Amino acid sequence: MHQVRLHIVEFRGFEKFIQGRPYWEVPVMVQRLCGICPVSHHLAASKALDVIVGAKKLTPAAEKLRRLMHYGQMLQSHALHFFHLCSPDLLFGFDSDVTKRNIVGVAAAHPEIARRGVLLRKFGQEVIRVTAGKRVHGTGAVPGGMNKSLTIAERDELLKDIYHIVAWSRDAVHLIQKVHIQDPGLYNSFGIFRSNFMSIVGHNGDLDFYHGTLRARDDNGKLIFDGVDYQQYDKYIEEEVRPWSYMKFPFFKSLGKEHGWYKVGPLARVQNCDQISTPFAEHERKEFVDYAGGTPMHAPLAYHWTRMIEMLHAAEVIKDLLHDDDLLSDDLMVEGERKMEGVGVIEAPRGTLFHHYRVDENDLITMANLIVSTTNNNQAMNEAVRHVARRYLNGREVTEGLLNHIEVAIRAFDPCLSCATHALGKMPLAVELVDPEGNIVHSLSRS
Amino acid sequence: MTAPTRKLKVATTSLAGCFGCHMSFLDIDERLFTLLEHIEFDRSPLTDIKHCSPDCDIGIIEGGLCNAENVHVLREFRKNCKILIAIGACAINGGLPAQRNHLPLTTILEEVYHTSPGLANGMIPNDPELPLPLNKVHPIHEVVKVDYFIPGCPPSGDAIWKVLTDLLAGREPTLEHGLMHYD
Repeated sequence: MHQVRLHIVEFRGFEKFIQGRPYWEVPVMVQRLCGICPVSHHLAASKALDVIVGAKKLTPAAEKLRRLMHYGQMLQSHALHFFHLCSPDLLFGFDSDVTKRNIVGVAAAHPEIARRGVLLRKFGQEVIRVTAGKRVHGTGAVPGGMNKSLTIAERDELLKDIYHIVAWSRDAVHLIQKVHIQDPGLYNSFGIFRSNFMSIVGHNGDLDFYHGTLRARDDNGKLIFDGVDYQQYDKYIEEEVRPWSYMKFPFFKSLGKEHGWYKVGPLARVQNCDQISTPFAEHERKEFVDYAGGTPMHAPLAYHWTRMIEMLHAAEVIKDLLHDDDLLSDDLMVEGERKMEGVGVIEAPRGTLFHHYRVDENDLITMANLIVSTTNNNQAMNEAVRHVARRYLNGREVTEGLLNHIEVAIRAFDPCLSCATHALGKMPLAVELVDPEGNIVHSLSRS
Repeated sequence: MTAPTRKLKVATTSLAGCFGCHMSFLDIDERLFTLLEHIEFDRSPLTDIKHCSPDCDIGIIEGGLCNAENVHVLREFRKNCKILIAIGACAINGGLPAQRNHLPLTTILEEVYHTSPGLANGMIPNDPELPLPLNKVHPIHEVVKVDYFIPGCPPSGDAIWKVLTDLLAGREPTLEHGLMHYD
């Protein structure tokens, strides 16, 4: 096999056309990069602009409301990915009938699993609606704080359901844990490759999706850097452009292009943190770490297990926040000394997300740089594709079955190609079998 | 809705959109299961079906047109779907991606792939596999006939539900106050 690559074929150019716009438009503009996790872009942009308006520390109410919004999003996005998109592969097998291998097939064969998936997602969307005003592309966060707190009625409505949500999230962890453990030959090795990994971690090394410092480890779990203030991200990370993809390839500067690439997202986060602050999710994290045997797990399919641990953690955090009266407070805004530049970083459902802006004295954006979660996973996804192709390619023909397996590997990363090309979320896939002279022996593509 | 004699085939896609309209479609929540008694999904991000069947009843298009491939997919939908619906701001008027229209395409590519900070190398991706970007982002009705438009960024799950249930019942779709909005 000569080469297998994931081409990303869309280009939109957000970084350029938001230049010249007033900075306060940015949190509502940039979330239109992605309708699947718009809250991530909304909040990463707001955090960068907090720096620019001099809001060093948000009010407790504003920070908790943003957290609630973000953890609601984590819940809905992880539920969508697991139940709507992946459970068909996991429950029916990668090669099963294409007409059944979808959420409709799950609804027919496992109605209770499908129903819970829909209701988990619905709950997360409702958390977003009450904090941001609507379920997709809301307006809750503003530079320096929030524009809305929760009413008692809104809070009580969510409290009614949260205990089911926590319980169902636990069941989801146990479901994927069982599926994984029953078939270690497949789940521990499918598409496996070793790599560095990165995420932000919170206080004391806690798993934290909203705020923290950057931590990276090598494939053995040894620290590469830790405690890094993300305002300095550009001293640690650089990006490469390759002619065949609109998605860039980031890497750690200290290790260079060849060895400095890494993975992000649930599998990175759950193994990068020292502990999880909520009891049920911490218990599940320990089970996972024990299963991995005290060394980092690199199997792409283990993303599913860790993703469900994160969904459980999100549910538990939402439960705790809903019992906090700060959510009802109207003390929502702070400001301070105006700055010209700011960086905002957040752990989006798919991994670390960087937003970087410069603003001139007329409040207009002069520079924007975004490194989105899926871009951070670009090289990692290409590696997974390459490994699966090597293992499952028979002879000189690219088959539908091979494409299915490649899709399963890519899907484990939950790629949001919408964000990554700053374009859209489908999975255009072209596999070309090229001989050493560069002649195409066989090819098959899907878009 | 009464039980159908046959299920209607619905195909959906996102062109130069953000998938937010598809998320809103899923925001019909549990009503999805009711809908599935009346429709089946053909080509859609929810299935692994890669091309429209020739006898689709309803095609739903999110997003405008930003490259040659978008145009190709749109034509495939129009050819194979009896009713074509443009859903959301981008399909209807280009939406946010069309904000690049006042800039030359090369200027944007230069900015993103040559002058943006933190780049190890500068080059504009040019592999023949990459579909050609269009000079401007276009709404879909400039290229094919569109039967219905559901506005909003995104339209709510309720609005999408209303249009689909109207069509399933054989009524002309209407959106009342509260469901019809531009944002």
